Amino acid sequence: MYNFDFAKPSTIADAVKAMSEEDAQALGGGQTLIPTLKQRLAAPSTLVSLTGIPEMQGICMDDAGRLCIGGATTHATVAAEGAAHYPALAAMASHIGDPAVRNRGTLGGSLANNDPSACYPAAVLASGATVVTNAREIAADDYFQGMFTTALDEGEIITEVKFPVPEAANYQKFVQPASRFALVGVFVAKYADGVRVAVTGASEDGVFRWSEAEEALSSDFSAGALDGLSVDASTMIGDLHGTPEYRAHLVSVMTRRAVAAC
Amino acid sequence: MPKDSGIGASSKRREDVRFLTGKGRYTDDINRAGQAYAYFLRSDVAHGRIRSIDTTEAAAMPGVLRIFTDEDFKDTGSLPTAWTVTSIDGSVQQEPRHPVLAEGIVRHVGEPIAGIVAETIEQARDAAEKIVLEMEELPAVTDAKAAVEAGAPQVHEELTSNLCFDWGFIQDNKAAVDAAFETAHHVTSLELVNQRVVANPMEPRCAVAEYDAGDDQYTLWTTSQNPHVIRMMMGAFVLNIPETKLRVVAPDVGGAFGSKIYNYNEEAFVTLAARILGRPVKWTSSRTEAFVSDAQGRDHQTKIELALDADGMFLAFRTETYANLGAYLRLFATVTPTYLHGPAAGGAYRTPLAYVNVKGVFTNTVPVDAYRGAGRPEGTYQLERLVDKAARELGIDPAELRRKNFVKPEEFPYQTPLAVVYDSGNYHATLDKLLDLSDYAGFAARRQESAARGKLRGYGFATWVECSGLAPSQLIGQLGARAGLYESAMVRVNPTGGIQVFTGTHSHGQGHETAFAQIVAEHLGIDEKLIEIIHGDTAKIPFGMGTYGSRSGAVGGAAILKATEKVIAKARKFAAHILEASEEDVNLVNGQFTVAGTDRSMAWAEVALAAYVPHNYPSDTLEPGLEESAFYDPENFVYPAGAYGCEVEVDPETGVVEVLNFVAADDFGTIINPMIVAGQQHGGVAQGIGQALLESAVYDKNGQLTSGSFMEYAMPRASDLPCFVVDHSCQTPTPHNPLGVKGCGEAGAIGAPPAVVNAVLDALNNGGYDVPDIDMPLSPSRVWAAMQSAS
Ligand SMILES: Cc1cc2nc3c(=O)[nH]c(=O)nc-3n(C[C@H](O)[C@H](O)[C@H](O)COP(=O)(O)OP(=O)(O)OC[C@H]3O[C@@H](n4cnc5c(N)ncnc54)[C@H](O)[C@@H]3O)c2cc1C
Repeated sequence: MYNFDFAKPSTIADAVKAMSEEDAQALGGGQTLIPTLKQRLAAPSTLVSLTGIPEMQGICMDDAGRLCIGGATTHATVAAEGAAHYPALAAMASHIGDPAVRNRGTLGGSLANNDPSACYPAAVLASGATVVTNAREIAADDYFQGMFTTALDEGEIITEVKFPVPEAANYQKFVQPASRFALVGVFVAKYADGVRVAVTGASEDGVFRWSEAEEALSSDFSAGALDGLSVDASTMIGDLHGTPEYRAHLVSVMTRRAVAAC
Repeated sequence: MPKDSGIGASSKRREDVRFLTGKGRYTDDINRAGQAYAYFLRSDVAHGRIRSIDTTEAAAMPGVLRIFTDEDFKDTGSLPTAWTVTSIDGSVQQEPRHPVLAEGIVRHVGEPIAGIVAETIEQARDAAEKIVLEMEELPAVTDAKAAVEAGAPQVHEELTSNLCFDWGFIQDNKAAVDAAFETAHHVTSLELVNQRVVANPMEPRCAVAEYDAGDDQYTLWTTSQNPHVIRMMMGAFVLNIPETKLRVVAPDVGGAFGSKIYNYNEEAFVTLAARILGRPVKWTSSRTEAFVSDAQGRDHQTKIELALDADGMFLAFRTETYANLGAYLRLFATVTPTYLHGPAAGGAYRTPLAYVNVKGVFTNTVPVDAYRGAGRPEGTYQLERLVDKAARELGIDPAELRRKNFVKPEEFPYQTPLAVVYDSGNYHATLDKLLDLSDYAGFAARRQESAARGKLRGYGFATWVECSGLAPSQLIGQLGARAGLYESAMVRVNPTGGIQVFTGTHSHGQGHETAFAQIVAEHLGIDEKLIEIIHGDTAKIPFGMGTYGSRSGAVGGAAILKATEKVIAKARKFAAHILEASEEDVNLVNGQFTVAGTDRSMAWAEVALAAYVPHNYPSDTLEPGLEESAFYDPENFVYPAGAYGCEVEVDPETGVVEVLNFVAADDFGTIINPMIVAGQQHGGVAQGIGQALLESAVYDKNGQLTSGSFMEYAMPRASDLPCFVVDHSCQTPTPHNPLGVKGCGEAGAIGAPPAVVNAVLDALNNGGYDVPDIDMPLSPSRVWAAMQSAS
């Protein structure tokens, strides 16, 4: 690790100010960033911890019936407190990493990082959630822009995410055996105006919506409606743990299972 | 009634108290006054020529004490290898120099190039980034078969080829073996890969060295399985330090699995650097470094064939293996795929003819050496996969085919066609035990039940025999060993009765401190708590060869018993004198010396005290003191054996394999501590299932280790494993050591992989997928792909 300064602001405004320093970087739970620092792959001048900001913590329902989660809320909190409002989301959070990761890692950190195998991006995209930052609101469909790439500007902080609560939803995670991130993860969410299906872990382009499946499920919400549908293997990730063909196959299987479990 | 003390008791592991309460003392816990820190600049290419290395700027960085390169190690010897293997053509193995720091050429990713010593580890790392290294990348070769093809990149320019040895065992039998294949009724053949794995003990390696100029004395604390071997090999052969001047301490070691046997570059480095700098120097491996610097395991590519007659009796088997040795030879690099592999490659069967051919090959990968089981898992895996394939081809029940070919109980001692004589055994009994414990009879119903849920259920067998208890020195000397593999022990009875036992073995998870105390307690008839086991320090223990190859109980335990018997013999003299009886009439029973036919007796503690208070006995014929040492050299290996059964369910949609049930029915001879043995079975089986399903060290074609972190390298976790059923009630004590123990440490890692793979193949082939063969690890992706190509 290289030397850095450390700031722990207690308001979003102070955090934004601290982030305006050259080479300042936000620190959520540190579950991704700290290992990166230890490997000397990043050298921020200042780490701005976001975990001491009350406005960015916790879970509530807004007037529009959306589940609002503070950007610095840990996975463990979402797992425990989200269950009553959005069970599929809470269940997803409860299967991220291990207890240490869930007690430190945050929603904002996960979304800012946008790891192609992370779980939250699938939930956010399938829910058509809104990512709220210190500067603006970003629709999920605009937020994710490929592996490790998002719509966030330099220094922009995710303060909150608003999830429309679906009628039914389920997340199926097929774990990569070493990291236990998603080798393929499929989040299916059924709303009054249609079904959304988001897939993580599989594509070279990061999390994506499987629109063919959405169409089929919107008119017939049953696993059978997916018969004959498949994603194009040529855009899938191939690595030690799965070929592109295997991942494409898993997308179908996991989607089917998610629908069946709804 | 189970015993509550001595041999056969499930005494709780006394060492666990300190391990579980955070009071273990590992090498990294040791910090010396004035200690400096070493960091290594390692190669990030698999093969390259160092054009230049400029340390000027780095050396001027804050806190840097000195930067060492190969220039500083010119006068040091090669890191040694302990065995000479002779090839079929009579030539001896090619043995390239293995330098402490790369000399002009790097040969694998992770090879140390420069060592930076600084006041802090961060300063050393900062300086490492300022070293200017000009590297000309050379073509690399990582696959053993590719490495022996014409035109392959040469790992060592000074050698004639990448072939280290081409070993035939037993060469004189080859013609007869080949002839048996010519006329056989049926031949089953199989090509398979026993993939490379990374040992990954929980504690990464660490070394701290200190030099005392006052008396020219070095001390090295290191994560080692065998401190005396390090002292002897590294002291004498690498650094030219006499044994009297080097003390090696291996304190608590957090797992090793073979990977901490060897003389490592970093240990030699800190020892020399400590003297040059006049400061203690510490190096602690990161996990990332461990992946590219700890010796790795397995990596065999094998073709194996079995000739059978019309009744399914085995006539002959032969193998051809390419064993990847990596870039350099570590201590057991050449013996592991040869003499630790060939002699047990015939397994539990009375196959009359056998021939094993192994080609050891250099590649641009991390050196490969012994890993839990060392050579025997590879032999067992290939044979047990082959036997299952033969059973399938011939339509014979796999248990039946095994049973009819087993060495029969009355045939022991059994001379195998692979040089060794199996001591004792009852392979039928362990198989029966397995069938019973795993309810084999009920398997068909369970398979149906799985099918009703859309799952494919399979049952896989494996039987295994290993040559362990390394090793009879005379025999291995004839086979090329450069050392003996006896063990030493010293038993010291203190005046107030407490006993210290000094053993040359080393405990790094095996529970020696408990089990060895049980041996002594059993023979003295005293409380185990009075006995302290001391290991891991060359300044305290007279000598020792360490712990590996399931040798500690069979060889180290026997040495302790021998020293204990000497102590008893001498104590009896004191007792006889004081009790005014003749020695022959004095017996030690339950901790009391009693004179036969009388009520005169003396407690053990009284005799112990008397030994140190020579007021009243003839000191010209009876020396004061009660301390004896012994060396024990076994006359043969020991041959533990077992039968394993694994039940799996395969999800045909995803290829996921779930291990539902795993039963190990083992014969380890006499059991010293059943609970510790069960723990060893659990750990070994877990490791074996890990290899079968999850673990794999994968190099890309440029020699980069793509599975070089826990994000990619899958270790087995509790949730990957079933609740094991382990049994060791079938016991045929070995006649080859006085305890009758056979060794249990490696069993699970030997027997589990073929049982798991056979179970998956059984599930697939019975589930309508014609999959003749599949290589480990059985990842979901690989199982699914196999099913796709079958249907
Ligand atoms: C062993 C392990 C297993 C894991 N398994 C899973 C898994 O199964 N599924 C899964 O989805 N994830 C998994 N993770 C990742 C985990 O969810 C992390 O918590 C997450 O990726 C990063 O969150 P964090 O709060 O720790 O962010 P940090 O590591 O602190 O930061 C990550 C990045 O986000 C930035 N950042 C942090 N917070 C904000 C914010 N509010 N606004 C803007 N930028 C911000 C940082 O500057 C940094 O670039 C795992 C991690 C580990 C270590």
